[in-house]
Amino acid sequence: MAAKHHRVGDQPWVRRILVGLALSITVILLVIPLVVIFYQALSAGWSTFTSNVLDEYTLHAIGLTLFVALLTVPLNLVFGTALAWSVTRFRFPGRKLLTTLIDIPFAVSPVVAGLLYLLLYGRNGWVGSWLGQYDIQLMFSWPGIVMVTVFVTSPFVARELIPLMQQQGSEEEEAGVVLGASGWRVFRKITLPNIKWALIYGVILTNARAMGEFGAVSVVSGNIRGQTNTLPLHVELLYQDYNIVGAFAAASLLAGIAILTLIAKAFVEWRQSRPEQPAPERGGV
Amino acid sequence: MSITIENISKRFGGFTALDNVSLDIPEGKLTALLGPSGSGKTTLLRIIAGLESSDAGRILFGGDDVSDLHVRDRNIGFVFQHYALFKHLTVAENIAFGLESLPRKQRPPKTEIRERVNKLLEMIQLPDLANRYPTQLSGGQKQRVALARAMATKPRILLLDEPFGALDAKVRKDLRRWLRALHDEFHFTSIFVTHDQEEALELSDQVVVMSHGQVEQVNEPAALYARPESRFVFDFLGHVNVLEGNLKNQKLTQGDAWVSLPSVQGDQEAQLYMRPHEVQLARSPSAHARLPLRIESVSLIGSEVRIELQPEGWHSNELWEIGMSHNEFARHAPARGDLWYAVPDIGHLFTNAQSQPRTVDWHYPATATAHP
Amino acid sequence: MSAPSQAAGAAPVRRFAGRSKRVLPGFGLSLGISLFFVSLVLLLPLTGLVMETAGMTWDQFWFTVTDPRVVESYKVTLWTALAASLFNGAFGLLLAWVLVRYDFPGKRLVDAVVDLPFALPTAVAGITLATLFATNGWYGQMLEKIGVEVAFTPLGIVVAMAFTSIPFVVRTVQPVLEELSPADEEAAVSLGASDLRVFRKVIFPSLWPAVVTGIALSFTRSLGEFGAIIFIAGNTPYVSEVTSLMIFVRLQEYDYAAASAIASLMLLVSLCLLFAIHLWQGRYLRRLEGR
Repeated sequence: MAAKHHRVGDQPWVRRILVGLALSITVILLVIPLVVIFYQALSAGWSTFTSNVLDEYTLHAIGLTLFVALLTVPLNLVFGTALAWSVTRFRFPGRKLLTTLIDIPFAVSPVVAGLLYLLLYGRNGWVGSWLGQYDIQLMFSWPGIVMVTVFVTSPFVARELIPLMQQQGSEEEEAGVVLGASGWRVFRKITLPNIKWALIYGVILTNARAMGEFGAVSVVSGNIRGQTNTLPLHVELLYQDYNIVGAFAAASLLAGIAILTLIAKAFVEWRQSRPEQPAPERGGV
Repeated sequence: MSITIENISKRFGGFTALDNVSLDIPEGKLTALLGPSGSGKTTLLRIIAGLESSDAGRILFGGDDVSDLHVRDRNIGFVFQHYALFKHLTVAENIAFGLESLPRKQRPPKTEIRERVNKLLEMIQLPDLANRYPTQLSGGQKQRVALARAMATKPRILLLDEPFGALDAKVRKDLRRWLRALHDEFHFTSIFVTHDQEEALELSDQVVVMSHGQVEQVNEPAALYARPESRFVFDFLGHVNVLEGNLKNQKLTQGDAWVSLPSVQGDQEAQLYMRPHEVQLARSPSAHARLPLRIESVSLIGSEVRIELQPEGWHSNELWEIGMSHNEFARHAPARGDLWYAVPDIGHLFTNAQSQPRTVDWHYPATATAHP
Repeated sequence: MSAPSQAAGAAPVRRFAGRSKRVLPGFGLSLGISLFFVSLVLLLPLTGLVMETAGMTWDQFWFTVTDPRVVESYKVTLWTALAASLFNGAFGLLLAWVLVRYDFPGKRLVDAVVDLPFALPTAVAGITLATLFATNGWYGQMLEKIGVEVAFTPLGIVVAMAFTSIPFVVRTVQPVLEELSPADEEAAVSLGASDLRVFRKVIFPSLWPAVVTGIALSFTRSLGEFGAIIFIAGNTPYVSEVTSLMIFVRLQEYDYAAASAIASLMLLVSLCLLFAIHLWQGRYLRRLEGR
């Protein structure tokens, strides 16, 4: 180490202190909590864990959670893609406002989000009371849960796509149009391959949030065991019942999904950061 | 297919990109749109292509109004400044894209497409790179692929936006020559945009000089260089030496400098423009001009010695530049700091009264006339 | 070729109608879907809140939103959110710096785990933190020895808020740090400036807009956080109740009007923050792009 350092903070002692500090806080705040979830879930043994997970109500909650995500993700995929296409490929008055509006769900408290839907579609709301005449009840049942979940997760896909599509510009698409390609062909052959990974990334994030949303869902669900209880609500219910091991067993399923999300995210980022691949596997594309 | 541009105007917000532009592009010729950035040349090209819509005016291809025709239906080839190759398709797939986009009825069978792609690959001299991806190509190779892709559907018109802008000097020269040869072989009507005067003059059959959204002058390269019609074109095309002064009694004077201008009447401000090759250097003033200059620098590289001079006892916004053959240079050995006199053979006089210059020839005064 | 002769010599042809054809396809479709979705999902629900709140008199509204217990919840929410986002400002900057500047074993893992708070459902985070910081929990036991109580106190709220918003500052600062040119730094160092001085004078000036953005995002998120907090806060009236919990409490009392009044205030604050952040980012990004 005869050569003098030339970048700030390159001295070994600075580096050691900073890395050490960052690592310890990361371990304390992020890693240990993650470990604790599984530790608690398994604290009463494997058989208790499996019986907790295979409990009738837990299974129902898992089913409902998957169902909600299954409806939410495609809706927001279409919306996010359409929004990103319109604001990055065209100029029109109100374009900036539109990109701000879609961030509303990020800024609003989930409880407020749930309340907004409850007030509108609940029995006293102007849409809710009208629907009530036809015996349609959206709140305190699964449609309400899907609706608030769509609200809460709506920005994710668009937020991933907009910066990427802005940076890519529209020259390639213009070139496609000049060559006579139809709109659908331009999108499928040129745009889609370019945004594929960001799109997948957006879907992963949407899915994670859709499965894990708690505040908004808890306002509109009514927490009916075996009917409108999603997995996060079920975790709360068990925890309030002082069934700590059961709560953590359910929580560990959600934590598992979170870990899968992080892995998928890391993979997608790695794919995105790679220079254009001379993909050897070019069969079905 | 000839192109007619009629009274095209285009504004972006408060900025006037094109101001009532009319122009004829002859069939089968290579035309350059030349101008500084912001002159509207790229906008005009994009309007011809249909990538941009004009606020007013119309575009005709061979007499047919195409103003309201979508880009897709104009049957043009367009080469983008940064090539815009499809990153996720191979070179061959890029070239085949236009053919595969044809409506089913007009689309050639797969084998024919493959054949056509192979031919184009040979034409651009890259037959071995069919399965490469754009990121694996050099700039020059990308440019060729972009060109082949644009030509695959046999367009009637080829439009190129700054085709050599992003390439280094050596590749640029090669590609230029190659494009010219290609054009001479196929004779499509082509327009290319450039801000490089050398490129425009060397490559094109016709140059359109643009500035501030207007057409300054249209001419063949040689004629354009020899007879610029405005101060802008003079300044923009190559170097020019300027004497700015007062015109009185057939003499243009500023400080210690003067040039006599026989047969020029009037009493006003005027500027005399002279190309470096239209002026010679002498040790003493001549009968018709006294332009004292001190040598600032001497550049020996090139077929001619280039000498930069600073006016002595008068003023010029830019240094003067005068060429001298190596032979002459060896004879006179002008050195930095020496005082010399410029002797003009031909000059172009601008007055505020006339927008076009009047050419003055001191050796053959009879031919001194205004431009037609 | 059909007799364009009369048109060719004609005076300027001006046709403004039908000129704005778009080159790229799908403008109507994509904007239509976007506007429909934004109106139906994001804007229409606001009308319910407006109508509910409009049904109250001003006195009722004022009485509800200035109820001492509610006012106490504003105070608690604001200071805990501020504390949590400031902590994240420091920790986020540290993490971003370490991740960009240094190589160390486990770096990829740290980079991945930073996003855990966004991937982990808030309820799960809530029960986990509550268990860890409870007096018999792993952290609670240790902290009790030095006399610090976290669970069921406002400090617990800070911990929950800090946890859920860790990624904001890291992810806004990271890209800026990555694009910092080493040349400026080297120039400063070569002029003999100390490291601390170079950081203060050269590096931090380009970083702070990103740090501020991250802190603001983290603050906005913390103001509205619910799931992670309620398990650890203890929810003691006047001490450790956050405003989003107050709304929830009013709802469980079937007092929709009161819930709406408090929610409208909260919504207003969040929307103002959102627009401020967007304006700030717009200005700051423009400067980055040099436009």
